[in-house]
Amino acid sequence: MADSPPVKPVSQPDELTEPFFAAGKEGRLLLATCDMCGEMRLPTSPTCPTCLAEGISWKEVSGRGTVYTFGIMHQRYHPAWEPDLPYNIAVVELDEGPRMPANIIGVPNDEIVVGMPVEVVWEHEGEAPVPRFRPVA
Amino acid sequence: MGRIYGKSSTDFAVDAVRLAIADAGLEKSDIDGLLINAGITGFSGQGVSLQLQNALGMGNLRLLNHMNAAGSTAAQMVQYATMAIDAGMATHVVCVFADAPLQQGGSSAAAYGNAGRRAGPTGILGLSAGAGHFGANTSYALAARRHMSLYGTTQDQLGAIAVAERSWATMNPHAKMRDPLTLEEYHASRWIVEPLHLLDCCLVSNGAVAVIVSPPEQAKDMPQPPVYVHGMGQGHPGDSRHAGDSPETETGARLAAETVFGMAGVGPEDIDVCELYDCYTYTVLVTLEDYGFCKKGEGGAFVEDGKLGPGGSLPTNTGGGQLSAYYMWGMTPLSEAIIQGRGQGGERQVEKNDLILSTGNGGALSYHASLILSPHAN
Repeated sequence: MADSPPVKPVSQPDELTEPFFAAGKEGRLLLATCDMCGEMRLPTSPTCPTCLAEGISWKEVSGRGTVYTFGIMHQRYHPAWEPDLPYNIAVVELDEGPRMPANIIGVPNDEIVVGMPVEVVWEHEGEAPVPRFRPVA
Repeated sequence: MGRIYGKSSTDFAVDAVRLAIADAGLEKSDIDGLLINAGITGFSGQGVSLQLQNALGMGNLRLLNHMNAAGSTAAQMVQYATMAIDAGMATHVVCVFADAPLQQGGSSAAAYGNAGRRAGPTGILGLSAGAGHFGANTSYALAARRHMSLYGTTQDQLGAIAVAERSWATMNPHAKMRDPLTLEEYHASRWIVEPLHLLDCCLVSNGAVAVIVSPPEQAKDMPQPPVYVHGMGQGHPGDSRHAGDSPETETGARLAAETVFGMAGVGPEDIDVCELYDCYTYTVLVTLEDYGFCKKGEGGAFVEDGKLGPGGSLPTNTGGGQLSAYYMWGMTPLSEAIIQGRGQGGERQVEKNDLILSTGNGGALSYHASLILSPHAN
């Protein structure tokens, strides 16, 4: 039996982030707002890390931000990513504050700079929505 | 330590503890405290565990724990052992780290890569894997780039750290990488994750290191010259991912510095030798800044003149560190600090060793702990 081709790991929604990924499928970026203190975040736990309250509301945001930092991956690490080497990895600081790991598209790797204004583009790996960012003209 | 196969983490740990007890002139029955730190294999359940107590046949322990604050653990174990001895809870405490991630025929990347390869990333934390961010190399590349962009830190400056440490390693019989290194060779080493070359990244090693903490009044009569704990500190910023926080460039070392210098009653200008956790060249640079050896953002210029190397004004990572000698998490800097404090560094022994700063760092600059050690009683 031939090995099936390797598949890129893509983040799947969990109970907490189902609305985030559902909106991503529609090309929209949502952030969670704490119902108690109003902090906006990309939630990694049900409770707010600022005020420790439970309860969030999802709000659509601009999807704009700036490149906070980036690197160029050369290492053969995951077989599904090998054809893409060298590929960029970045952290985008959204205008609303939270920072998000993502790839930058639509620009050669050697033209990416810290501070570059970018906006979200939802792409898909199979059925799964994947947020990426492109430079804002 | 190194590419040694056919032994489990526990086997390595038993070896290290046996050697340490003999070195200290103690009997196994003198040991009444055991603190254990598994390395990366601890995360997969394959590492050294509390079972080590049984492998060592230590049935009368007054103090026992299996600890994990990543690369800051080694310094922390000594801190908790020191406090326990001060409190009268134990007398001779063994602190041991052991790890065996390397498989025969496998690469270092494979040894550390399995975590990133696990199926099924979920939620917000899973976005990293979804974007092809794998492993510590990417996290530290992102941190180094941020520093380079904010402060103009250069590749040559990161390279100067690799070159200085290699110079020390040439004099360390335990070091794996002992051939001298030039800046040109550093630049020619392949990219791992830009801006990190292969020679910006630490080794991966199998092995174990054990350190025994004893009361000072007993230590002075033991066969080896004692090294005294003058300061202890910790600082843990965690992994904030929000505007306004900058854990990539302002690390837990800042908080730890206040505590460790405060306790020892000294400042960075008093430190003779640094043994700094150096999972990457960048870690050394940012740690020097956060301990106040230079101003924030000036770490690149600070290291560029070679002051960290042999004959320099601030001997740092005098055994070659994790970059060139061996990767035993926080035990790499701690073991070399103790060797230098004892005056047993041989060819690489520094002339002035009165105050030695030894640091540990873990996660993505998320956890930090440090000690100030000295051959002189406090």
